[in-house]
Amino acid sequence: MINEHLPALVIGLPLLAAFATPLVSKINDKLRNIFVIGILGITLYLVYSLLCNVLNDGIFVYVMGARSTGLTLPSGYKMPVRIILEADAMSVFMAITTAVISLIGAIYSWAFMDKETGKDKFYTLLLILTAGMFGMELTGDMFNFFVFLEITSIAACGLVGFRITRGESSEAAFKTMVLYTLGALFVLFAVGILYGEYDALNIATLASRIQYTMLDKIALGLLLTGLAMKAGAVPMHMWVPDAYAEAPAPVSLVLVVNTQAGLYGLFRVLFSLYGASLSTQTVGWILIILGVLSMFVGVTMALIQDKLKRLIAYGAVSQIGYMLLGVGVGLATLNTPALQEYGMRAMEGSIFHVINDAMYKGLLFLTAGAVIYCTGKRNLNEISGLAHDMKFTSIFFIIGAGAIAGLPPFNGFASKLIIYESVYKFNPMLSVIAILVSILTLAIFVKIFQSAFLGPKLLDVKKEPRSMVLAMLVLSIIVIAFGLFPDVVVDKIVSPAVNALINRMDYITAVLGG
Amino acid sequence: MMSKIVRTITNILYSSILIFGFYIIMHGHLTPGGGFQGGAVVASGIALVLIAYGYDTVRNWFKKSNLSFLESIGALAFIGIAFLGIGTTFFYNFLANSGGLFGDPTVIGINPGNLDTSGVLPLMNWAVGLKVLAGLGSVVLLMAYGIRKGDEE
Amino acid sequence: MIDNLPFIACAILVILGLYTLTFKRNLIKIVIGLNLVESGVNLFLITLGYKSNAVAPIYTMAAKEEMVLPTPQALTLTSIVIGLATTALILSFTILIYKHYKTIDASKVRRLRE
Repeated sequence: MINEHLPALVIGLPLLAAFATPLVSKINDKLRNIFVIGILGITLYLVYSLLCNVLNDGIFVYVMGARSTGLTLPSGYKMPVRIILEADAMSVFMAITTAVISLIGAIYSWAFMDKETGKDKFYTLLLILTAGMFGMELTGDMFNFFVFLEITSIAACGLVGFRITRGESSEAAFKTMVLYTLGALFVLFAVGILYGEYDALNIATLASRIQYTMLDKIALGLLLTGLAMKAGAVPMHMWVPDAYAEAPAPVSLVLVVNTQAGLYGLFRVLFSLYGASLSTQTVGWILIILGVLSMFVGVTMALIQDKLKRLIAYGAVSQIGYMLLGVGVGLATLNTPALQEYGMRAMEGSIFHVINDAMYKGLLFLTAGAVIYCTGKRNLNEISGLAHDMKFTSIFFIIGAGAIAGLPPFNGFASKLIIYESVYKFNPMLSVIAILVSILTLAIFVKIFQSAFLGPKLLDVKKEPRSMVLAMLVLSIIVIAFGLFPDVVVDKIVSPAVNALINRMDYITAVLGG
Repeated sequence: MMSKIVRTITNILYSSILIFGFYIIMHGHLTPGGGFQGGAVVASGIALVLIAYGYDTVRNWFKKSNLSFLESIGALAFIGIAFLGIGTTFFYNFLANSGGLFGDPTVIGINPGNLDTSGVLPLMNWAVGLKVLAGLGSVVLLMAYGIRKGDEE
Repeated sequence: MIDNLPFIACAILVILGLYTLTFKRNLIKIVIGLNLVESGVNLFLITLGYKSNAVAPIYTMAAKEEMVLPTPQALTLTSIVIGLATTALILSFTILIYKHYKTIDASKVRRLRE
């Protein structure tokens, strides 16, 4: 029975648990921690069974509130009238990343948030953020996407400004909220334009009716701007360093997946909503230019920072550039025979990079959080010689730094090699820029490692708690495993995702019934 | 604390505002309104009392823990009713046209309006209305508390 | 031309809101600019549903049976609720910034950049 209602349960269960958390925490504190971790574990199991279901049986369509779950066109209607959840291979790929990272964030925050007050509101906001991200990834309706986008913005902003004893947190939260809301309002404006033209809000119905008129071009520009603001691409990246630096470390981990959910929205709009009807060369080159700018600006701004988490945050901006680059190449070759040669490989590289980036970027943020928890200092000039006492953290930092720089045998190498090869066939200059940025990233992380972990011992540090070590250990195992067996991952979950993005007709006929 | 005229008018108007807000929540499926609008009207009544009497007096009348409890009840009721229809689909309206509570068949066309129709909708309106009034009331009270502490320093 | 007047009004609201958001330095004025942009977008959504000589879409004792489109009204209601929650959150953070920095001038609230 559960198998019929999987997408609704995946969204509804964290939401129900989020509202029940204040009542559970009145009973006992440890019970609430176990409750949150248990709910996220059950959600991971549900997402895994949804993954198996979609990979075996095709696109999973779920109509909310109808007489039966597949009844998209009730008697006499020619277009769907209810909100439809549509899970295809790309959606469940993002959903399983979200589920794993949220569970690890909850495990890490058992020890990390131990001394703070107001923890029941922290866990409530964390569960609402997770439910919002699942909603963004599994929905098939444009306005529903906007509502979940705003839910994640509000929850993420509340979590960024969580430590109200520091003034800098409130400043970062203010900036984050203004930019998130502005981006979401642009998205709403574009949804309004599309509704006014075609009288439909469902993505599949819009995709079957769309022609590329002048108003559609305006809507595309607004959607691109709004979703790039959420994803942190370069002209609109002001909020990224402040938000990641001031949030507590498990929140930075979940914010990485939040930015990638915005990137997922961009891909869904470009490939499934507009598809081959737009001028793929122009929009593809816009994405490529945004990607190259992000890579370059991110890594050069990171060279001059001296606060630990702000530096890693600029590294996150440059990794977003890799994802935009590969998908831009895929979009630019969409209607040409070059798609089968190297376009699809470029998209596979970028989408594999999405899950890799979540894993190793999360690991780096968690190690930075462990350093700040044990020493109490945030500035790189004041810490030194930590490898003497914090042995586990040093090893995990080496694994994370190797992965982000693209060294074998970690997973960053696998996805970056696919991107280098396929982008080289499109335009060699782009590939050279990508390799240069990779070398600069390696330089940055060697600098952090040398100044923070090696050298003479300067301070007395506390021991790292066990739950933090456990969370970082799980991420490291995933990083090494994806690096040693990349072709298993690419064949099983990345290739179906890329095929689902490119085959627009499957997406439309799953809802409208051919 | 404002002058005697303001406090007297607040005493007279406060119950009318509350009843008007609950009326808007209750008739959400027939006339314009519903959960959010009615909850916002009731919360503006709370804000009126707060402005007229000042934070120190009002603090003992609206306890924050009671408001937070109401908010959790409202939220849980909304999601709980959505889950109750899981036998057919999520958010299924299992009370409409069925003859039970709020179960009269829906009238089509122009009509004077029958309160007993529309199934699950009035229950969800109440859940959302409770949550909104508790949430907005807490926001207004906490902002008054925050500003007051700032004046003292 | 007279039929396009609501669209022109909402374009003016959005442009004024973006100007206030970008060029004013008081934090409260930035919040007001954000509210202006949001009001413009809400006005745009409601104007999309208009039909000539139609009444409000409420069946209780309506005058006639031609009604304007009700879907954009539901979308606008959701957007107003979201805007309310957003404004409440941003204003709470403004109060906290005033407590810590003792000023709400955006060019002085810059401790994170140094």
